[in-house]
Amino acid sequence: MENTTENKEFLSVKNLKVEYFSGKTVVHAVNGVDLKMYKGKTLGLVGETGAGKTTIAKSILRILPDVGARVVEGEVELEGKNLLALKEHDMRKIRGNEISMIFQDPMTALNPVQRVGEQIAEAVKLHSDLSKEQCEERAKEMLKMVGITEDRYYEYPHQFSGGMKQRIVIAIALACNPQVLLADEPTTALDVTIQAQVLELVAELQKKFNTAMLLITHDLGVVATVCDEVAIIYAGKIVEYGTKEQIFHHPSHPYTLGLFGAIPDMADDDIWLHPIEGLPPDPTKVIEGCAFAPRCKYATDACRKGEIPAVTTEDGHLSSCINMKTVLRKEGK
Amino acid sequence: MLRYFLKRLLWMIPIILAVAVVVFTLMMYCPGDPAEIILGSEATEEALENKREELGLNDPYFVRLGRFLSDTFIHFELGTSWVTGIPIADSIVERLPRTMLLSGITLILSFAIGVPLGVIAAVHQNQWQDYLCMVLALVGVSMPNFWLALLLVILFAVKLKWLPALGIGGIQYYILPAISASATHIASAARQSRSSMLDVIRSDYITTARAKGVPENKVILKHALKNALIPIITMMGTQFGKMLGGAMIIETIFSIPGMGTLIITAVNNRDYPVVQTGTIFLAIVFSFSMLLVDMLYAAVDPRIKAQYQNKGRKKAVVKKGAN
Repeated sequence: MENTTENKEFLSVKNLKVEYFSGKTVVHAVNGVDLKMYKGKTLGLVGETGAGKTTIAKSILRILPDVGARVVEGEVELEGKNLLALKEHDMRKIRGNEISMIFQDPMTALNPVQRVGEQIAEAVKLHSDLSKEQCEERAKEMLKMVGITEDRYYEYPHQFSGGMKQRIVIAIALACNPQVLLADEPTTALDVTIQAQVLELVAELQKKFNTAMLLITHDLGVVATVCDEVAIIYAGKIVEYGTKEQIFHHPSHPYTLGLFGAIPDMADDDIWLHPIEGLPPDPTKVIEGCAFAPRCKYATDACRKGEIPAVTTEDGHLSSCINMKTVLRKEGK
Repeated sequence: MLRYFLKRLLWMIPIILAVAVVVFTLMMYCPGDPAEIILGSEATEEALENKREELGLNDPYFVRLGRFLSDTFIHFELGTSWVTGIPIADSIVERLPRTMLLSGITLILSFAIGVPLGVIAAVHQNQWQDYLCMVLALVGVSMPNFWLALLLVILFAVKLKWLPALGIGGIQYYILPAISASATHIASAARQSRSSMLDVIRSDYITTARAKGVPENKVILKHALKNALIPIITMMGTQFGKMLGGAMIIETIFSIPGMGTLIITAVNNRDYPVVQTGTIFLAIVFSFSMLLVDMLYAAVDPRIKAQYQNKGRKKAVVKKGAN
């Protein structure tokens, strides 16, 4: 792929706001998120459980539940067309074809009463004019690609181990050579050795097809291995966004600093871990000021008032902390 | 799979024997003297005693039980009715198909109407379609079938004269009985389908299917319904048993000479041999339908099929370990 196309964003999310509601309670899950994804690059989306990571991915694919979820505003642009404005019929052609998703829990992501091969072939069949035999052929090819022998095409999900199931989920997602891959914690449910295998596999396939990837995770180790760019999300808002190097070498938001601080240092003889004190805010309440302020040791009165502007440095490192200078000085950076 | 089927068939032997023993024992301890029933209350004590001796009623319990079991299961000698003198085997051959037909139509109706209603309700959860289906289901469950039967007869047989009110003949004679019997079953099928569909629709693999770009109607019919069918099949299996039993009321109302009316009349007349044999036959039919349900499970769910296939093997492994 030429450099000119690589530098232009392939998929962008602009000011996305998503709410869940049940009865009169409204949960503000995503509160104005901007993301940019490039061909052949991986964007890591890091945050705690409930920060809105999966909701963002599901909103991009428009597979949020019909009842009880609503995209309030925002745009998702794929090569200039706004996906949120597409008709359901046209959106269906994009799902699994141009954009596909790897799901978090391989144990439940596969249909228990359908042969795994058919589950892969179904995706191929939906987005191509291939005959049934050709789809089957393609599905077998995909199985081989993820390291499963093709004679297992006719088996059911319960006959596979967790790691193999995740590889099948990946095979389904990649069956139509998608241009955008949304990987929702693809390794969380797996043990560390299988994790490494799966990550390697995804990275390899990404390289091969020059896919733009969104990697959702809460594992900073995974981010360090796989990602090119990182977005740190807290309470449905991006608090820090930059290249992997910027985030890892010069974290500037207190939340990011807290996340790195929470990783135990093997060289140190610490007795205690350093958690971020407190809990994420109640998502049913509209928060004024910085959502992280109640847990932030640098918070001042100014943090609890009005919109907190996001500051972007010249090299594109975004951080939404108004006390950034004080924070960095006190952290000794 | 075949091995499992044969094993289950073998298991039916002790089950049916047990039913036979229980039914025989219950009937024996029922109050009332069969000899008096047969000869009438004006018979002399001597005639009654002779009759008792002839029927073998003076023998001890185990002798009578043994005789009953060997007659029924070894010689296939089902005896004759004490009241009508008709051989019981003839009555059953004549009547069982009618009850089976009625229950069969009822089952098909409740499945064919109840399941789609439940699916519609689940897909449109908390919308008017859902409320409508569930109100219909509530009405269906709460309406006694004998009352519905009478209403239907008044409308379709008496007022409109479209359908016969009672008796047997062509298939049109089964329409009103089947509708009145199936109302409750349609309603429970709808409720069961709704709740199991709701469970399935929320599961991750449905999201996976949507994310693949599967059209919504296919998501529901191909991916969701097949998974939701298992609890529905279980319920319909037990419902079929209830239909066989419930046939007594419907058959009585519509004067259909089926197993239900046979057993009801026999109970009223203390016609013990008929009650015993009739009940055993219903038990056999019920056992077969349960076996069919279990086979259907395996057809729908590969995990259950694998269980059936592995059962023999697992035990063999355990035995080896023990030795």
